[in-house]
Amino acid sequence: MSGYDTRASRATQPAGRDRTAPRFIDSVALIAGREITMRFRSKAFLISTGVLMLAVLASVVLGSIFGAQESTAKVAVVAGASAVVDGNDALEAVAASDQDEAERMLRDGEVEAIVAPAASDPLGITVIGLDSPPTSVVRALSVQPTVELLDPAATDPGLAYLVAFGFGLVFFMSALTFGTTISQSVVEEKQTRVVEILLSTVSARALLTGKVIGNSVMAFAQIIAIAVLATLGLILTGQRVLIGGLGASVVWFIIFFAIGFVMLAALFAATSAMVSRAEDIGSVTTPVTMLVMIPYFLVIFFNDNPTVLAIMSYVPFSAPVGMPMRVFLGDAQWWEPVLSLVILLATTALAVWIGERIYRNSLLKTGGRVRLAEALQG
Amino acid sequence: MLELHDVTKRYGDRLALDGVSFTVGDGRLTGFVGGNGAGKTTTMRIILGVLASDGGAVTLGGTPLTDADRRRFGYMPEERGLYPKMRLLEQTVYLARLHGWTPAAARRNALELLERLGLGERTNDTIESLSLGNQQRAQIAAALVHRPEVLVLDEPFSGLDPMAVETVQSVLADVAASGAPVLFSSHQLDIVERLCDDLVIIAGGRIRAAGSGDALRAEHRTERWELLMTGDAGWLRQSPGIRVDEFDGGWAVFEAESDAARQAVLADAVARGEVVTFTREHTTLAQIFKEVVR
Repeated sequence: MSGYDTRASRATQPAGRDRTAPRFIDSVALIAGREITMRFRSKAFLISTGVLMLAVLASVVLGSIFGAQESTAKVAVVAGASAVVDGNDALEAVAASDQDEAERMLRDGEVEAIVAPAASDPLGITVIGLDSPPTSVVRALSVQPTVELLDPAATDPGLAYLVAFGFGLVFFMSALTFGTTISQSVVEEKQTRVVEILLSTVSARALLTGKVIGNSVMAFAQIIAIAVLATLGLILTGQRVLIGGLGASVVWFIIFFAIGFVMLAALFAATSAMVSRAEDIGSVTTPVTMLVMIPYFLVIFFNDNPTVLAIMSYVPFSAPVGMPMRVFLGDAQWWEPVLSLVILLATTALAVWIGERIYRNSLLKTGGRVRLAEALQG
Repeated sequence: MLELHDVTKRYGDRLALDGVSFTVGDGRLTGFVGGNGAGKTTTMRIILGVLASDGGAVTLGGTPLTDADRRRFGYMPEERGLYPKMRLLEQTVYLARLHGWTPAAARRNALELLERLGLGERTNDTIESLSLGNQQRAQIAAALVHRPEVLVLDEPFSGLDPMAVETVQSVLADVAASGAPVLFSSHQLDIVERLCDDLVIIAGGRIRAAGSGDALRAEHRTERWELLMTGDAGWLRQSPGIRVDEFDGGWAVFEAESDAARQAVLADAVARGEVVTFTREHTTLAQIFKEVVR
């Protein structure tokens, strides 16, 4: 250490070129950066993210395949019957010169049915199938009466269920995955004792903020990646219809998620700071885990119950799922998401304040589990 | 100059620190000695601001410590630990950057220091893959990489092999020589005695003795004398006004009734053989410690 150059007296000299007095935000950025770097280096994280992405992609692609099967059916059209098939969107006509060629195509599986002229039939055609009646072709050729509903549902209940399930699952999975990650990261620092060096360098607030931001960025990036992947998949497979109706609710979901996640992250960090061993994380974070799970089940079971949804959309812990759902269903007035967001912001601020207190007071207490009252008191 | 003024700390009903005051001078290697539970770690944690005191003040150059000042402290906690999965260089650079160093300068400092600590070949190994001795050195690197202006080390020598003890000693001496106050605690009284300029002895949360090693030794010197001569010193037992405490061949430790009796012993010894040593017994830190803690 030749040239160990230091001034023993008070550190009042202006910082040199090599070092500056670190601001709060610099420390937070460094800590958040470390969280993200280490996460990307974790094989478990990379694999689980890969699996999740594949699952999203697979569900979109499978959806398009099952969807496509119903859309158009290939039929062999024997000369004379083409007038009936032309202009029918549900059928794709393949011209056959005569009945024999059409039957060969049917037996080879090139077409699903044959449409042939039949003088004796009142409609003037016969539909020929191979081993079972070709119902989709028959339906496409049938005349259907106009249907009117006196009290139409605004949204298809099946679709509503899917959207509820989607919001619920994405929130649940991300909050739990990254909440657990935060817990592990907090306990790791406590368990390995590195926390004492950190606390002699940066404030507990900077440490907590860096952790929450680092993991929130990761969770958020994952949500965006899922959204982009799903949207791309839907566009590429031609399922534009679904996207149009989702737009506003997805935007609200992302906003609510971003803030709601910060709240949960602070709570996960604070509760985990009360224990010293990774094995104890589960028991101590159970209450927070419940706060994540309950909205998930509620939105799945009660997505058709306006009262439950309305309550959910204002309770901070379920608002990230409940409010976008109501926006999707068209139940929410324009000001409702805004009001709910204000409530969520206030709760998040409170959670961060309490969380920081617990975190700061528990970090150096190793050994047993720190009691909540003790952690709050300091 | 780092000063503690009447610092108190209470854990529930137990008074862990009771009016602790002492000074760590600029450029002085100060040893902090005390039994288990005497309050060393608590004191150091309070200096670093990791723990809040219940009373008193810690000042640097006469004004109360701020968090910004503490950024320029180097600290080695009693509870060792670094991020197990981070690489050595990466970890050291990270800590330097948390202290405000630019990435390039942090890297330069880290490489230089790791090289000096004999970890130059290990910079890309993860902390968990290092041997225990090397993990200890890494811990020292973590305390020094930001070129602290005050150094506080809790038991820096525990768990070190003799080679590492030597390295760390020279590093600490360098830091002190650069003008930084250095405070370190240790159970190994011989190391403290050899290394330190100043000593602070704590027991039961109270400072029992503090000052330069020489002053403490002078204050606690005994009236025992040591003789080493060629031939057998058994005749000493028959000398008038002399009580022999320890004896082994030509070596003896004795107490004399008077200066005259002592001088007579010396004259006798010179007449009987070659005198190698005739001196007041060296007061060891262990003796001082036992005496003040009692």
